[in-house]
Amino acid sequence: MLQAIADIVRLDGAEKHFGAVRALNGVDFHVGAGECVGLVGHNGAGKSTLMHMVAGTLRPDGGQIAVRGNQEASYSVARALELGIRCVFQELSLCPNLSVAENTRTNHPSLAGLGWRRKAADLIQAKLDEIFPDHGISADDIAGDLSIGRRQMVEVARAFTLTREPLHLVILDEPTSSLDAHTAGQLLAFVRRFVAAGGSCILISHVLGEVLQNADRIVVMRDGKVVAADAANAFDRDRLVAAMGGAEAHQKAAAEIRKVEAGPLRVRARPARQQDGKELVARTGEIIGLAGLAGHGQTDLLLAIFAAASRAKAGIEVTAPVALVAGDRQSDGIFAQWSIAQNIGIRSLARLRNGLLISPQREAGLAEFWKKKIGIRTPDMNNNIFSLSGGNQQKTLFARALGSDAEIVLMDDPMRGVDIGTKLEVYDLVREEAARGRTFLWYTTETEELNNCDHVYVFKNGRIVANLGRDELTEEKIIQSSFGDAA
Amino acid sequence: MASLRTLLEKPWLWSFVGALVVWAATVAFTGGYGAGGMVTAALSLAVFTVIVGVGQMFVITLGPGNVDLSLPANIGLASAVAMKVMGGSDSMIVVGLLAALATGAAIGAINYLLIWALRIPPIIATLSASFIIQSVDISYGRGLQIKPPPGFADFTNWQILGIPVLAMLTVVFTVWAALALQRMIYGRSVLAIGQNIRAAWLAGVKVGRIRFLTYTLCGALGGIDGALLAGYFRGANVDIGNEYLLASIAVVVIGGTSVAGGKANVPGVWGAGLFLVLLLTMLNTFGVSAGVRLVLTGLIIVGVITAAGGEKAVR
Amino acid sequence: MLRGLLPALSLALVLIAIAWLNPRAISYFGFNLMLNLAIPIALATIAQMFVIAGNELDLSIGTFVGFVGCVTATWLRDAPLIGIAVLLGSIGVYALLGALIHLRNLPSIVVTLGMSFVWQGLAILILPKPGGKAPDWLLAIMSFKPLYIPFPILAALLIAAVVHFGLMRTSYGVILRGSGGNAAALRRAGWSLLRTKIVLFALTGLFGALSGMALIGITTSADANIGNGYTLLSIAGVILGGGEFVGGRVSPIGAVIGALTLALAASPLLTFMHIPPDWQVAANGAILIIVLAARVLISRRER
Repeated sequence: MLQAIADIVRLDGAEKHFGAVRALNGVDFHVGAGECVGLVGHNGAGKSTLMHMVAGTLRPDGGQIAVRGNQEASYSVARALELGIRCVFQELSLCPNLSVAENTRTNHPSLAGLGWRRKAADLIQAKLDEIFPDHGISADDIAGDLSIGRRQMVEVARAFTLTREPLHLVILDEPTSSLDAHTAGQLLAFVRRFVAAGGSCILISHVLGEVLQNADRIVVMRDGKVVAADAANAFDRDRLVAAMGGAEAHQKAAAEIRKVEAGPLRVRARPARQQDGKELVARTGEIIGLAGLAGHGQTDLLLAIFAAASRAKAGIEVTAPVALVAGDRQSDGIFAQWSIAQNIGIRSLARLRNGLLISPQREAGLAEFWKKKIGIRTPDMNNNIFSLSGGNQQKTLFARALGSDAEIVLMDDPMRGVDIGTKLEVYDLVREEAARGRTFLWYTTETEELNNCDHVYVFKNGRIVANLGRDELTEEKIIQSSFGDAA
Repeated sequence: MASLRTLLEKPWLWSFVGALVVWAATVAFTGGYGAGGMVTAALSLAVFTVIVGVGQMFVITLGPGNVDLSLPANIGLASAVAMKVMGGSDSMIVVGLLAALATGAAIGAINYLLIWALRIPPIIATLSASFIIQSVDISYGRGLQIKPPPGFADFTNWQILGIPVLAMLTVVFTVWAALALQRMIYGRSVLAIGQNIRAAWLAGVKVGRIRFLTYTLCGALGGIDGALLAGYFRGANVDIGNEYLLASIAVVVIGGTSVAGGKANVPGVWGAGLFLVLLLTMLNTFGVSAGVRLVLTGLIIVGVITAAGGEKAVR
Repeated sequence: MLRGLLPALSLALVLIAIAWLNPRAISYFGFNLMLNLAIPIALATIAQMFVIAGNELDLSIGTFVGFVGCVTATWLRDAPLIGIAVLLGSIGVYALLGALIHLRNLPSIVVTLGMSFVWQGLAILILPKPGGKAPDWLLAIMSFKPLYIPFPILAALLIAAVVHFGLMRTSYGVILRGSGGNAAALRRAGWSLLRTKIVLFALTGLFGALSGMALIGITTSADANIGNGYTLLSIAGVILGGGEFVGGRVSPIGAVIGALTLALAASPLLTFMHIPPDWQVAANGAILIIVLAARVLISRRER
């Protein structure tokens, strides 16, 4: 068992489910000393859940965890910190009301007593200087006042500060998502130095190049399982993409060429930060894709179009009723207290009325119609929305939008973390509804979904940088445009 | 424990059970004497709490932080306005009621204006507004010693077969309010906003309009309540609404409406209103002092909310 | 930048108005008179600030101040040991409320609303009619007349300094404020949120108790309703002082300044301005609205 001793952390058969959703399905995972492990997979593949487990913030429902060869029966955050395992979470973990030095203090119980402020300030300042020379952050700055990029820099630097607790393994979950290319490079170079000095690191990133260049070993996850694990130099971009997406990724055939007549204009919109004349144009019956890296202004434009539908807005023209299908179900879509039927009906209340009152029959009728049409798997549409699995919750949101009077449907990356079966059903439905004249604006982070679109706008830094027609649509083209020059 | 849990699943049932228990305990104590009179008295007094309670319920259902602290000042001012407009003359009753309604609605509208324009939490907005309304009331009501018109005083105290007419009318109103909450676009929108204001906006709910309507409605109910109180107690005064700040919030909470927003019910407001009045009657009957009465009321509120538990954080 | 100075600016504005309307008020004697009730208001505001730092609200602080006042004017004078035990016990109740609110995930507004009845009832039980008398030592402290600087100002400086040090400069103060800023992050860093909530509520109880004692030291006798106005005053003071309801953004110095502003604006200024007493409450409301409006304007410009 020499191998086990050299491991910093090892998970065997880790399992986790949230309600009906199986987030982790028997995962084996380990990190050796002095090793940088790259972890890749689509959104919802289970990477974050796995990392929460390593960091001690989530308890596995099944399986075992061992640190440096010792089984940990009651593993927790405190225990993880004690053992030198730290995590930089994807959602920012700074207290916005505290200064940079004070935020350092919260992670170090031993930073107390006389002079702790000075010590904390020196500690974080030195680490920032080491990782990001010329960072321009003061230890007295209030975290909430910093730009998101600088907050991420503080957070990363904080994870590498050293007081009493040891430091063996740092988990970096999308550490470069808010950094520009220059600072991202500084960070990755530091990670290499850290690993060379004997530290370990888990690097999660959607930027495959980062992982390929900096990891020693790469683990690929899909649908809550590890589907590939090998030395980094055994992978290239194509093999990674294939492993992440699976064989069903290429279903261009299913989306056979539809003949789209140029119908009347439905939406014309220019992003707020667009400087040249490029604008998004959508016509009746079209499916328009919005692509590019996550968070580059696609959602902002969808929200602006949504707002413009009810209140006139400069630079945006909308000619028909609009509905939106949220991607972040919990914060943007679901009404937690309500039944499935009520969640569908909310967008169509005016049509469900009989006189002044909402008719329960009509509401049930609408729900039953969509239950059949979109295949929501439940014994009773009057059950609470949370009795459904994630994919079926998402179908409910689709039913809400498609069951409404909206002629324009905005989709804000709605397939995040949804199983492939559901996806295929929804793709068919979207094409069917488009054929009937509905217009779809579809933001997605999953490139293969763009195959369903008639043409695709690629976004970068809040602007449209390319408009790709159906025939010129390839993953390389999109990646090229989204990285532009700066990548 | 299991039966307790099922009771708690229909929160309004719980408040009625409480009212019934308290009533039974009092009747047992008096040996059956005054059982009917007690119900009559309870109905007469509960009406005033129920009317403002319904308004407060809609406001609280809008979500965390939404509450109307200006109700007492509103009730005080509206009662003075109503009495002044009526001027002791039966022919002006309807005009006076409308004036009280308009006063209250205007206060509610101003509350929302402050919340919206200054983007301050409703607690502070309605609190600042209530300071100003109080002053207006003190200044306006100074030297005002106007009694309600005899017809109005009689109407607010009118009973048929031992049932106060005002209570019957309030039942009609609450049935309407319950329909508005569960079966009208307005109520559905309030519930949606209370659960998740962003999701409500994205689902096409007119968030600003609904919030404005809700604060205005709550203000209007406070106004009408002020006029009725002045009729029932035969005179308006500045402090007439004071107890309705805590009472309006208490009936909403005891009635099973979630302070986290998005979940409300109207029957519970009635149950809780009756419960509070009957509790008071019971403690008075037992000869308990005012101090003990307050302590028990407070402990019951804390007890109810602890038993009902907080909302589970939805991830 | 300007935003942080706003509390001090509003206090300065009120002072300038007073000086302009009645220059004689700006004197040792004048301040003693005008700031008569500033100390208990400042202490109650600080008490409220602690719960607000943890994203909670205490609607019972006013009746709690009244309850402490009644204990102070009776037991604390007649049987000091019992008095002290009762006061410590009531602080313990606050700590327990903090635990209850955290463990059962209860809305603090409702729990403290219920407690406001409880404190009021207990106060009436202890002192059914206005009366009692403050302990002599307390009277002596509150009528202290230091050289040059009026006592209320000295006391305000002291309160602000002590709480500022405790909450803003100590290492555990960081954790307390952090629990209001990003509770999930603190839990992930291994801190107990139960403990922070208990500590914050206990501190509210402690400063509420100090407020009640100071109040009785000034008024010399008690009344069960004596503190009722303090709930709303304390919330307004925290907000005037630049605090926010959520996010752990509070400032002890700002809260004390806010309390002083309210205390000053409450009566002397308005009397000087020949505002009839009827409109003095309105002036308080108007000051709140004006300051908040100014804050919105300023933060919009700073965006």
